[in-house]
Amino acid sequence: MCLSIPSKVEKIDENNMATVDTMGVKRDISLDLMADDVQIGDYILIHVGFAMNKIDKEEAEQSLRVYEEMVEAMQSQEDSP
Amino acid sequence: MPTIDMGALKMNSVQLSQGGGASESNALVNDLFYKYFSNDILLKSEDAAVLQVNKNIAFTTDSYTVNPIFFKGGDIGKISIAGTTNDLAMMGAKPLYLSCGFIIEEGFAYDDLEKIVKSMADELKSSGAKIVCGDTKVVPRGAVDKIFINTSGIGEIKAQNISSHNLNEGDAILVSRDIGAHGATILSQREELSIKSDLQSDCASLWSVVEKVLESKITPSAMRDATRGGMAAVLNEWAETSNICIELQEDAIPVQNEVKGICEIFGFEPTDFANEGTFVLSVKKSDAKRTLEILKEYSQNAAIIGKVTKKRVGKVIVNTAYGSSRYLDMPKGELLPRIC
Amino acid sequence: MELKDLYEGFRNPQTIKSFASEIAKEAKNLKEPLRVMEVCGGHTHTIMKYGLLQILPDNIKFVHGPGCPVCIMPKERIDHAISLAKMDNTILCTLGDMIRVPGSKSSLAKERANGADIRALYSPLDVIKIAEENSDKSIVFFAIGFETTTPMTAAVIDYVVKNKISNVFFHINHVLVPPAVRAIMNPGKAKINAFIGPSHVSVITGSKIYEPLSNEYKTPIVVSGFEPVDVMEAILLLVKQKNAGKAEVEIEYKRSVTRDGNIKAQELIEKHLEVREHFRWRGIGDIPQSALKLKDEYSHLDAEVQFRDKLSNEEIDDHKQCICGTILQGLAYPQDCKVFAKVCTPNNPLGSCMVSDEGACNAYYRYGSIENE
Repeated sequence: MCLSIPSKVEKIDENNMATVDTMGVKRDISLDLMADDVQIGDYILIHVGFAMNKIDKEEAEQSLRVYEEMVEAMQSQEDSP
Repeated sequence: MPTIDMGALKMNSVQLSQGGGASESNALVNDLFYKYFSNDILLKSEDAAVLQVNKNIAFTTDSYTVNPIFFKGGDIGKISIAGTTNDLAMMGAKPLYLSCGFIIEEGFAYDDLEKIVKSMADELKSSGAKIVCGDTKVVPRGAVDKIFINTSGIGEIKAQNISSHNLNEGDAILVSRDIGAHGATILSQREELSIKSDLQSDCASLWSVVEKVLESKITPSAMRDATRGGMAAVLNEWAETSNICIELQEDAIPVQNEVKGICEIFGFEPTDFANEGTFVLSVKKSDAKRTLEILKEYSQNAAIIGKVTKKRVGKVIVNTAYGSSRYLDMPKGELLPRIC
Repeated sequence: MELKDLYEGFRNPQTIKSFASEIAKEAKNLKEPLRVMEVCGGHTHTIMKYGLLQILPDNIKFVHGPGCPVCIMPKERIDHAISLAKMDNTILCTLGDMIRVPGSKSSLAKERANGADIRALYSPLDVIKIAEENSDKSIVFFAIGFETTTPMTAAVIDYVVKNKISNVFFHINHVLVPPAVRAIMNPGKAKINAFIGPSHVSVITGSKIYEPLSNEYKTPIVVSGFEPVDVMEAILLLVKQKNAGKAEVEIEYKRSVTRDGNIKAQELIEKHLEVREHFRWRGIGDIPQSALKLKDEYSHLDAEVQFRDKLSNEEIDDHKQCICGTILQGLAYPQDCKVFAKVCTPNNPLGSCMVSDEGACNAYYRYGSIENE
């Protein structure tokens, strides 16, 4: 029920509806719950037909970087006995 | 054979009278069905087709009620031919002869019917099978939803002992292409969902690839096209029928991005979705590599996805790349009605 | 960064493995076993689907929480939905999962098969479209969900009010997470010493709503995303807090959750809805101030007011064999239930925990059998 998936904004119309893309599947959703300006190219979380928030790209990238370092550290530990 | 000029009848939709067996029926049968399905046996126009088959035959039947009748990558006509010829192919039988029964709702657009019939004729070319007999009924509005088609098929068995009872420990499990495309396409085209995608059904005839496998002296222990219930249903049936365990490598199962997208949005699993042109097969371990090469000639996404073991007899296990496992169970209930 | 990185990056098998290894190291220092409640059904689903129990050390145990708005709906409220659907010239709309949940005698799915006009929506926005296309009918929206879904209902209420749409009514069953957590912790029976906070409730409310809970019960609460990497990272953060003697609210899901949340959504809710004094939660009983209702000035839209003569308030108890209530409180597991997977299955559910994809019993049934061997 609370499942919500990241989607990319492709188009925004004058009724505050956005066309978003989720891995090649496109849907129209409402931006009525968004206070911030949503831009084309933003990643947003969709829930039951509405955008809930903008995904913070920097935070996401940082998390992924940290994970990469962790994996590398684990792999080099495994390599050296 | 009497013919009636369709133009003169100024018909743009199918009428009740055309199911009646009289001259209006003949017009429909001759100018549409005979025209597109033309072959010597059919044109004899007898009460029954007289056939000659020399070997063991396989015989199957299926009825098609897919909704919507036209979908990306196919239509009810294409699926009525591919579906039945595939059932024969899965038993190692070359599809030869089909019967075809139409039940059409009064008022069904003639143009749509022609499109469907043409689609069936095109699909027959893929396996070389012929429609040798048929029947048409036209029923009052509301008695069926637009059009239902039944096809029965006879095929000549080219390889013995292909059966869901015959999987052996050590066999490799392969899939002929990415899974779930048909079910995901039908779901995405259900009007009330208003989603757009480039997804196409995988609807296709499989005899040519099966023939190539058999001609390469590879005899699969089992083959099945993963229609209703998807890959999950087929593999579970095999595990139970052959009394073995099937272990799959999760990251080896090929799935298109858009199918993954539909699954994310609606909370489904790709293994639950129906396929209409994708099959799974179980072959001896020593044949796996060669089989994969042949499958890849037809789709780059063919893959070896698992093996037959005795770990938990009667069950299908999915192993992840990080060390956990779960059962792949039969899909719950009717995921999507009228999927094929 | 591409969209697919937001999926694949947080499901990466190597990352999951690394976290498993880090957690195993840290967990050795735990003075007592970690008993984590994941409040949200979506987290139960992730844990079971990705088999995370199999790669975590034995001294980390999960207690499944009530975070499934369908699972906690008492039968009498489902019966309300059925009664409303049976009214003349009425279209009853609700979100998907509610359709199959059994009430005392029937379900919305059965009534739909018997001819009632019942629609399963993917979005509350569709209510507007249905109302416009059926101006001669009454459209009743049976609104369910935790704080994640409440703003969407509020947005539709706002639209209906602004545009003076006269044929739409709302039956509000939106519930709140913090009172539910209190109701579970207060009796002191469920021995929980850590929480995984819901992902998307927190996107709307902000992590601030968990601060009183963390202080009161002296437990660490980590707000986690739904992907398996998120859950593993959250568990590591919980173990680290425990080992450091901390009991704080921490955000793992930094790419989507902030302390304050979506203010616009919160304001929209406050504009139209208020907390109601009492609401019965299936299996738990009445939890005061745990659910919402329309404000009095909108009583003309409130189905519980406008159609009160059709709605019974008799409290209906569960099927005798169903222990959903105990499972929802974290006091039992699905496999402790005598009818689990035998009589009670997703195709024939005796209780809500089995019907909804977020229910613990459903998750265990679909993914869990291998864990139990």
